[in-house]
Amino acid sequence: MNAMSSQLQPEMHAAVQPKTKKSLNRMKRSDWFWAYLMIAPTLIGLSVFYLWPIVQTIYLSFTKWGGFGKYKWAGLHNYELLLKDPYLWIALKNTLIYTVIAVPVGIAISIFIAVLLNQKIKGITIYRTLYFLPVVTMAAAVAMVWRWLYNADYGLINYLLGLIGIEGPRWISDPAIALYAVIIVAVWSSIGYNMVIFLAGLQGIPRSYYEAAEIDGAGPVRMFFKITLPLLTPSIFFVSITSLIGAFQVFDLIYLMLGSKMGNPATEQTQTMAYLFFTNGFESGNGGYAAAVAVVLLVMILIVTAIQMKLQKKWVHYD
Amino acid sequence: MSVYTSRNKTTKKLLVHLLLIAGALVMIAPFIWMVLTSLKSLGESTQVPPVILPTKYQWENYTHIFEMLPFLDFYWNTVITTAAKVVGQVFLCSLAAYAFARIEFPGRNALFILFLTVLMVPGQVFLLPQFMIMKELGWLNTLTALIVPGLFSAFGTFLLRQFFMSLPKELEEAAKLDGCNHFQIYWRIMLPLAKPGLIALAIFVALWSWNDLMWPLIVNSTPDKMPLSAGLAYLTGEHTNLTNYPILMAGSVLAIWPMIIVFIFLQKHFVEGITLTGSK
Repeated sequence: MNAMSSQLQPEMHAAVQPKTKKSLNRMKRSDWFWAYLMIAPTLIGLSVFYLWPIVQTIYLSFTKWGGFGKYKWAGLHNYELLLKDPYLWIALKNTLIYTVIAVPVGIAISIFIAVLLNQKIKGITIYRTLYFLPVVTMAAAVAMVWRWLYNADYGLINYLLGLIGIEGPRWISDPAIALYAVIIVAVWSSIGYNMVIFLAGLQGIPRSYYEAAEIDGAGPVRMFFKITLPLLTPSIFFVSITSLIGAFQVFDLIYLMLGSKMGNPATEQTQTMAYLFFTNGFESGNGGYAAAVAVVLLVMILIVTAIQMKLQKKWVHYD
Repeated sequence: MSVYTSRNKTTKKLLVHLLLIAGALVMIAPFIWMVLTSLKSLGESTQVPPVILPTKYQWENYTHIFEMLPFLDFYWNTVITTAAKVVGQVFLCSLAAYAFARIEFPGRNALFILFLTVLMVPGQVFLLPQFMIMKELGWLNTLTALIVPGLFSAFGTFLLRQFFMSLPKELEEAAKLDGCNHFQIYWRIMLPLAKPGLIALAIFVALWSWNDLMWPLIVNSTPDKMPLSAGLAYLTGEHTNLTNYPILMAGSVLAIWPMIIVFIFLQKHFVEGITLTGSK
């Protein structure tokens, strides 16, 4: 490194001397050329496969599917149908219940575990690995083992409940329970990811704050609410935004754990917005209708994210 | 320090460990159950009360799945798709990210906002038109359909841009005076320095690609072009009347072990990657 920089010395001096306008322009233009060239592949790919589809989906939501890839302008027809569709309200309700329970519960448990792991403790890597396992695992495999565990007749969970005298419910075929059964699995599988972000946030809190509080005679609970929680708010904000967006789009676990509408009476009552989109768009071929569902989902996410951004000033503390 | 407080500390530590172990058990119990069930006989898997350990280990469950389904194809499709997406996305995103982070050019902010838009919009908004594009191009039921849209990523560009911005400016100035153009600076100087960021993105892409479900379900409906995720969903779906839990569990074990191994070995980078994305 040293040898290189000493070699560069003469040129460095040359560079400091005033340049002509022309060569400066040429340098700038070469910069621009390279910048556009380097961005081009991703920009073109994103435009074709992501940006243009956004425009198209919005357009499609105002059209009717005519078969053979033809679609006719239908104005607000899809949205009118959507408002009258009982499944929209079921899907909306389920999506909201899912979000309102899974996100805060997931965050609370993750913070609790992160706080436990933030102490000088042996085996932190092992714990982190174990808690993280569900995050790296395919939803299809996770759903399958949980379906088995939840099985009302020979599943492990109801057997264990039976040992302590509780008769377990029909977890995934009872429409009143199925959504909550899925939420349990969702929380279980999200803990590891959130925990890592919280752990990073916790490690940024200076030890001296706790030492000072200890001298003042503050107990662990008080320290948690007065120091840890306020200083962790930026991480909580990040996790809540990303988990909320994820929760609004929940599909994999619902689709995989409950199975088709034909086979399971609970599926119809437990569908979410993303499920409604999928079945309409790719199973029944109501493209325009599915596009309208996607647009509603987009608007919901934008509104909730905007609200969170607005509210963050009230509770997120950046130091 | 008095004896009292030090003993107090030990009990506290013990309590923390007990809590963490209890939690960890809940996290891994389903996996242990998965492995145990994959080695049971069909009868044992549905027995009441449940059998914990199989009386005779049925290793043939692991070979049956290859006979019953194009499981080898599932594997191959997943590995190829994942490898192509990792290499393609890391390369393309790092190129774009370098330009965004290190070069000033007209329209930089406007273009970056376009990238951020993609980041904000839920997946469902892209899917129908993406499907129609695939159909138009004749790519349905090909690996190309699984790979191509996954080569471009706003997230990856965003992540690596953060990384490139943190590198010192002196390096590229020296290289520029040496007569390097931007591609050479990117390739020879910046890329090696950005290795932690590249590894983090690679792991993310691998994980998402390996486990992705909705897109493969949409574009590839013939079993021999399905990846593991869709193949496993297919197993439990109405297409096959398979309720043979031991074989299903064997399939699950086979589908998840590569990512678990990758995770265990690259654990440090994984955590770094997540911290990187969560700390802005």
